[in-house]
Amino acid sequence: MENYQIETKNLNVQIQKNSILKNINIKIPAKQLTAVIGPSGCGKTTLLKSFNRLLEIQDEVNISGQILVDGENILDRKASEIPDIRKKMGLISQKPYPLPMSIFENVAYGLRIHHNKNAKELAEAVQYCLEEVGLWNEVKNRLHDPASRLSVGQQQRLCLARAIAVQPEVLLCDEPTSALDPIAAQQIEKLLLKLKKEYTVILVTHTLRQAKRVADYVIFLYFGMVIEQGTADEFFNNPKNPETKAYLSGEIS
Amino acid sequence: MNTRKLRDLIGTKTLLLITLFVSSLFFLIFILLLSRSLLVLESHSIIEVLFSSIWNPDAGQFGLAAIIVDTILVTGFALLIAIPISLLSAIYIVEYAPRRLRKTIRPFIDVLAGVPSVVYGLCAFLFLAPFVQNVIAPFFGAQSTGLCIFSAAIILSIMVFPIIISLCIESFDAIPLSLKEASLSVGATKWETVKKVVFRASAPSIIAAILLGFGRAFGETIAVNMVIGGTIRLPSSLFNPGETLASLIASKYGELMSIPLHESALMLVALILFIVVFLFYILGFLTLRRAKKRWKY
Repeated sequence: MENYQIETKNLNVQIQKNSILKNINIKIPAKQLTAVIGPSGCGKTTLLKSFNRLLEIQDEVNISGQILVDGENILDRKASEIPDIRKKMGLISQKPYPLPMSIFENVAYGLRIHHNKNAKELAEAVQYCLEEVGLWNEVKNRLHDPASRLSVGQQQRLCLARAIAVQPEVLLCDEPTSALDPIAAQQIEKLLLKLKKEYTVILVTHTLRQAKRVADYVIFLYFGMVIEQGTADEFFNNPKNPETKAYLSGEIS
Repeated sequence: MNTRKLRDLIGTKTLLLITLFVSSLFFLIFILLLSRSLLVLESHSIIEVLFSSIWNPDAGQFGLAAIIVDTILVTGFALLIAIPISLLSAIYIVEYAPRRLRKTIRPFIDVLAGVPSVVYGLCAFLFLAPFVQNVIAPFFGAQSTGLCIFSAAIILSIMVFPIIISLCIESFDAIPLSLKEASLSVGATKWETVKKVVFRASAPSIIAAILLGFGRAFGETIAVNMVIGGTIRLPSSLFNPGETLASLIASKYGELMSIPLHESALMLVALILFIVVFLFYILGFLTLRRAKKRWKY
């Protein structure tokens, strides 16, 4: 029996009265890389942001159903507990958004909020996270420069470092390579493969090839519905649903 | 074909002329003010004018110290009140208020920013001044006619905050949702996000808004003139009457009776206003440029 970290039951999301997600029932295995694929506008990002309750900061959002994280329904939680839910789920967005502060402070941001570390422990933790994402050697001499001066690829890795600094269990990645050049994109991909040993990684992507390269488990969304889900091997080599076959062969996109 | 090119040429040159005319006004006014204030500077050293507090045109004394102190007090106190109120209410409107409230409240604030200052002055004269006289001054154990530095500062802060709120709302609104999400998703609360991310990311625009508010407070004439009492003496408390640089010109220009030295002294005051606004503009420009680099996201 596989170990599932996230499970949704009849998840429905409406934004401004438009149904974006319809009856989503999925299971996401722990410590594996799950790719959520599908054409743009099919609800991938919405699904991702429902996991850390980020949808609710927008107006007119209606969510029903259940999202079980480690067996507990996070939709039942009180508003005051939401920061703790989010701490458990790091988010990497499409375009990197470094916070308006220095490189060091970006990584230290979550640590300062959640832990009472002294200056030395903080510096060590920041260094560890930057090493994890392969950024340390590039920035160690300019830790106090504004983060906005980094290249986009470096910024994306910095965002990854910021996310893992608070020791989440899940990494929610929303097309993290789509704004990057091929080399930077490859670095991120490799990182995700490395990180999936310690974290449950959910990768939203609209490039099939990327999903093929990295995914252990695949969820195919189409017009807000789950068409097919399963292990990458089965999904790509033996798809059951005709729509999946059409998507894989490029007939629908 | 040729007429089209000719029209294009004429159009371009006309625009250039208009622009040149408008920008040359800056130098024209500066030269006018400078040349007309030279007269008083010939007989009085600039040190004497800036640091003597005795203003007595009939005796040929034109010390501005008291007026400068009052101007700093009124402007500073007004901003001190207006800045925190404006920032907090702007952040409430953008980040916390329900959508409907947000939409209803904005036009009111924008209209407040555009109400002519004489309206504020009149309200202050009829309602604020008596209130200060009967309630606030006695509360602090002071005696006041209500026409005083304190009243002027209060009415100025009320005039300034719609400007700052309005500009801050715009800048807070412009913060990308993803930036806030970045902060929230590491488990920051909304207030932490507002404090550490939204305020910082909009620091350049907040600075710009405050400078604009400063400009309005510093140069405001009629509303101040109506409630400040018009007394030129170094103040010992905020409940003393006073006079600011701008309100001085408004009070005195009617009684000039072509005494050249008096007229020249007022021109000097105008020149000081001009120069301070100019310096603040430059200061603002430089700070803004630095802040934009520092707090970029």
